Amino acid sequence: MFYREAGDFKTTYAADSQTFPIKFDRIGYYIALIVAFCVLPFMMNDYLVNAIFLPFLIYAIAAIGLNILVGYCGQVSLGTGGFMAVGAYACYKLMTSFPEVNIFIHIVLAGGVTALVGVLFGLPSLRIKGFYLAVATLAAQFFLVWLFNRVPWFYNYSASGQISAPERTLFGIAITGPNTQPWAVYLFCLVFLVISALIARNLTRGSVGRKWMAIRDMDIAAEIIGVDPLKAKLSAFAVSSFFVGISGALFFAVYLGAVEVGEAFGIQKSFLVLFMVIIGGLGSIFGSFAGAAFLVLLPVVLKLVGVDMLGWPTDIVAHFQLVIVGALIIVFLILEPHGLAQLWRITKEKLRLWPFPH
Amino acid sequence: MPDQLLFGMEVFLNGLMAGVLYALVALGFVLIYKASGIFNYAQGVMALFAAMTLVGIMNGQVPFAHLINAVFGLHVTNFGWTVPALLAIALTVVVMIGLAWMVQHFVMRHLVGQEPIILFMATIGLAYFLEGVADLMWGSEIKTLDVGLPQGINETIDRVTFDAFGYGFFIDNLDIVATVIAALLVIALVLFSQYTKQGRAMRAVADDHQAALSVGISLDFIWVLVWSVAGFVALVAGIMWGAKSGVQFSLSLIALKALPVLMLGGFTSIPGAIVGGLIIGVGEKMFEFLVGPMVGGATENWFAYVLALLFLVFRPQGLFGEKIIERV
Repeated sequence: MFYREAGDFKTTYAADSQTFPIKFDRIGYYIALIVAFCVLPFMMNDYLVNAIFLPFLIYAIAAIGLNILVGYCGQVSLGTGGFMAVGAYACYKLMTSFPEVNIFIHIVLAGGVTALVGVLFGLPSLRIKGFYLAVATLAAQFFLVWLFNRVPWFYNYSASGQISAPERTLFGIAITGPNTQPWAVYLFCLVFLVISALIARNLTRGSVGRKWMAIRDMDIAAEIIGVDPLKAKLSAFAVSSFFVGISGALFFAVYLGAVEVGEAFGIQKSFLVLFMVIIGGLGSIFGSFAGAAFLVLLPVVLKLVGVDMLGWPTDIVAHFQLVIVGALIIVFLILEPHGLAQLWRITKEKLRLWPFPH
Repeated sequence: MPDQLLFGMEVFLNGLMAGVLYALVALGFVLIYKASGIFNYAQGVMALFAAMTLVGIMNGQVPFAHLINAVFGLHVTNFGWTVPALLAIALTVVVMIGLAWMVQHFVMRHLVGQEPIILFMATIGLAYFLEGVADLMWGSEIKTLDVGLPQGINETIDRVTFDAFGYGFFIDNLDIVATVIAALLVIALVLFSQYTKQGRAMRAVADDHQAALSVGISLDFIWVLVWSVAGFVALVAGIMWGAKSGVQFSLSLIALKALPVLMLGGFTSIPGAIVGGLIIGVGEKMFEFLVGPMVGGATENWFAYVLALLFLVFRPQGLFGEKIIERV
């Protein structure tokens, strides 16, 4: 009734191929942006920012990055945690070496460094694929974490082996360090997320994205019709690692402030982001948002219900969380292998006809 | 002989023993992979689950005690009895068979014909699920597992090597027992798959699902069987690792160590799993011994993966794996 495309005529090719071809979606998208930029910053407090919004924004960037690699290019990676660590440590080294440069530039550069490392560890993908590649990316995960733990240069020879972000400002407002305002860090991460999503969306529907998808669907056939697997795979690794690196840098500098590499960027992080991508939907930018929101909110909700309402000990709730996440992944794979994004698509199809389905 | 060489030999032997344990875990992977094409990431957690169940049964723990106490406000912890090791192992085997049946009926049956990567992810979900259930059932604290296996330094080897070289090798009795048990297990598995009806059916399914189905083999039954056997192997691995380093969460991480073993040996080969395990075990111990001190130690965390990675670049199907043929 309300969600319809009748009367929504396209007269140009550009109008037809825009990201949200249906007017209703477009309006919804603009409203979401306005709410996110103009309304939510005024409602921020420490709890909301630290428990929900910052993790959501940062994981969404990581999920977009991983989705490009796994969902669009079909190269399974279990090294996300390691690549996030690269972003974090690159950001740390840049922040401490060039304190006068803007933090915004540092984070983008950290993404660039991660992209280079990603290409390096993506090289084996030219020879091996599937599980073998997934295990090969584990090499990246463990090696990188070990490297940052053992080579003191990376953590500036600090006694604790931790890295902690010094205070940096943007337009005179603290972004990192202990004296940050909730709305400021929220907006900072939001800007990164929106830009990342726009870039990812436009890359994936352009020729680069179509090459990735050709590789994903059948790499040999793609090669025969003229897609260069070297360029396609390595560009996917580069772009994916770029976003993952940015999210790692934000995770360290803006969200946590101080990081111990094995704890913050261990193998669990790789799986967490992978689950976000699976639950959200492989090969969908919206899915990355949905998956990140889902897995960030789940522990919060479980804690609210389990600890605060039922009064259970926290360790039982933590165990239940494992059970529920595991069961959800299995249920999703059985019922809807394309994740939350597909559920959303089906809902839209239904809404289009509602309330008179034929 | 110079000391350094003797130390090296000792490290080499210990590496071999560690390799046997890796091979034991890898074996469980290969069994399931061959029979159903599923790469079972949950194998490590199955070992953890089996070991925890064994400890729980032996100590007469009440399952889900913590949860029951929290929900009903009771204070139950133990039944107040202890179960002898052999009986407890038998009971654990029954639990693992039940688990295999549930995995097949509630998960894998609904995923037949899906892409391998989807199946792989499903087993990651299964791993999380099992880990949560195991913690809920038996509590997440570190437990000691003692089923009466000999432990500590082997005096005979120590004495003999001391007489021969003037330096006694340190070899743990437990490692020797583990090696013997692993060898027996492999022999038993080979005999089972070669000479019994079910074993032959298992190999037929591994060869070709549809052909096996058409000659009247029940895929459902075979898959339950395979998961049960894998569960049994997991139990053995769980007992070994549990006796060595306590039953705790890190036990499930040996699954990750088994991955490079599989990559070296090839996913479809039982001898490959064993040889791969030995190579990784010896390789990482020797690397840590020779290169570790120069680069800050703890190279065992990543050496296996990097070795497997380098190896794969030259031989993508592993040492003994079937040649990968791709067609459009």
